[in-house]
Amino acid sequence: MTTGLSQETAQGTARGTARQWRERLLSGGSWTVLALLVVVLVVIVVINPSFAEPVSLMAFAKKAAPLVVLAVGQYFVIVSGEFDLSVGSLVGAQVVIAARLMDGDEALTWPVLALMLVFGLLVGLVNGLVTTLLRVPSFITTLGMMLVLFGAIRLWTGGAPTGALSESFRVLGRKGFPDVPGQFQVPYALLVALVVVGFAVLLMRRPFGRSLVAAGDNAVATAYSGAPVWWLRTRAFLLSSLLATVAAVLIGGFAGVTAQVGQGLEFMAITAVVLGGVALGGGRGTVVAAMVGALALEALFTLFNQLALPSTIRPAVQGVIIIVAVAYAARRRRT
Amino acid sequence: MTAGTGARRYHLGSTEIVYLALVGILVVAGVLVAVRGGNLFAQGNVSYMLTQTSLLGFVAVGQTLVVLCRSLDLSVGYVVALCSLIGATTMAGDPSRVWLGVVAALAVAAGVGLVNGLIISALRVNAFIATLGMGLIVKGFLDTRFKGPEGEVPFAFQTFGYTRIGPVPVSTIVMLLVAAAAFVLLTRTRAGYHMFAVGGNLDVARLSGVRTGRTLVLAHVLCSLCAGVAGLLIAARFGTGNALVYSYGLDLDSIAAVVLGGTLLFGGRGSVIGTVGGVAILAVLDTAFNVLDVNPFFKDVLRGVIIIAAVALYARRQIDPASRRVRFGAKGSASRGGDVA
Repeated sequence: MTTGLSQETAQGTARGTARQWRERLLSGGSWTVLALLVVVLVVIVVINPSFAEPVSLMAFAKKAAPLVVLAVGQYFVIVSGEFDLSVGSLVGAQVVIAARLMDGDEALTWPVLALMLVFGLLVGLVNGLVTTLLRVPSFITTLGMMLVLFGAIRLWTGGAPTGALSESFRVLGRKGFPDVPGQFQVPYALLVALVVVGFAVLLMRRPFGRSLVAAGDNAVATAYSGAPVWWLRTRAFLLSSLLATVAAVLIGGFAGVTAQVGQGLEFMAITAVVLGGVALGGGRGTVVAAMVGALALEALFTLFNQLALPSTIRPAVQGVIIIVAVAYAARRRRT
Repeated sequence: MTAGTGARRYHLGSTEIVYLALVGILVVAGVLVAVRGGNLFAQGNVSYMLTQTSLLGFVAVGQTLVVLCRSLDLSVGYVVALCSLIGATTMAGDPSRVWLGVVAALAVAAGVGLVNGLIISALRVNAFIATLGMGLIVKGFLDTRFKGPEGEVPFAFQTFGYTRIGPVPVSTIVMLLVAAAAFVLLTRTRAGYHMFAVGGNLDVARLSGVRTGRTLVLAHVLCSLCAGVAGLLIAARFGTGNALVYSYGLDLDSIAAVVLGGTLLFGGRGSVIGTVGGVAILAVLDTAFNVLDVNPFFKDVLRGVIIIAAVALYARRQIDPASRRVRFGAKGSASRGGDVA
């Protein structure tokens, strides 16, 4: 989490450092969402001290991992100046495809996983090429893709998902590292999320990541400086669909197959990324902030659970929070 | 579509293309239905088609104003549901309270639009987030407060949903009147010109003395008002208010119709007439799918493909080279320069 820090020299007197920190925490960027996450977690612990126990923390990590993976994927697309509204139905489609094709058969786990990867990449490629080469706004491209996937999957299964996921498929989403039920364990989902975030941080430091942010900030200037903007953005869509596939494996393992898998996840992922201070329209924000945004969003849901809010009021609270968070971030940025 | 070698001389606007596409789809659908031994233009089908246009039409006309300002409104679906409930519960089956119900529903709609507009213009929140958040807030309120259909619409008001003049439903006529009003607003009034200016370039508009905040707020209020009318129409058709209307996907559908109608999603260009054409295309498709007895899930697939394909067809024309100053010679347009690395 030193990406925001590394740009500024953190030297000076103790008072200067304190002021720097205060500014950083209140700036509305990645440190603010981190502060929000800490505050929410502290409130949860105050309400329910048992949340601080390693077992509950790991359960939280397991639940949050898919959203983190999706948020990282969405980050690539958003920072390049586009949207991906298709990830929710892609997650749903992948889970249903997996269940239908393997139907509980262990031997088919790996072939089906390979097929899911290919399918995910294909969806990303279509999204990317239609957006960049045919110049359809990504909002419309991915909205259309969402309709197509939603309809195609239900057409294929006749309305209700059939089949079952094999046990080895579900390990990643469900099991953990010393596999003793009820004991402390590091969930595999957490490891997957960490690997994804690490890989994304590395990628954003490479020329690809730098050019991607540049393309989101000013596509014309980036094109004139010699970067293939259309291919950069297409790769962002490929990464988003790839990570949606990874998230589908985690979600399928965690929650199993239902007709509603993935519904609304695209807006959750976009909310998480935006909560992390990443600007819609591209060119601003870090991938770590997107991850923290996802954790903060998931922590807020946990808090709502702890407060025993009626589940129907939750969307309203979520709505207020994202508006306030983005308004807060916008307040500083323009002055 | 005519962007070929010699076609430059006759300039085909995007609205004309929308209506050409509509005619094309009508012909194709008509032939397909005729091959199956039906008649797409039978009175029942035509009035179904026109009925389909009215609900989405109201929402899409409002959405056009917002999209022209380079904004967008994802809360319209929830506003429709909210207004159907407020209208129906206020009327409470009493014919003398019809006007009260209409006014109450529209006032609430205008209030939601006002808040949307203020959050976007004064708090500088991205429209996507602001209206998504507002939609979630309204959804939370609806789910908590209403546990199913509520209220009762007196028969006098239900006629708004069912009366037809020949094959044309009254609701469609009202929708076309609203669209005409929006057309006049956009092409004949200062507020309308300001909307184009704000959508074209916010900073330039502000520097030219346009009160950009007011323009955005006005567009959002009008958009929510249109959604409110759609909510009243739902109430009139169902006889009660219903929260579940928000799951119809009116928000995304209306944006699809607007873009299908040739309005640029990035603001500053487009027309209400195009939007009405876009709504009509979606309604024709829906009717044809129904008459042809297409699997409802397959409808979604086709709709997705058609929306993308149509927008891809106009996309090249909307970023019209003729209307932009060429700066660095002919080739090397922005988003596709360079080679595959």
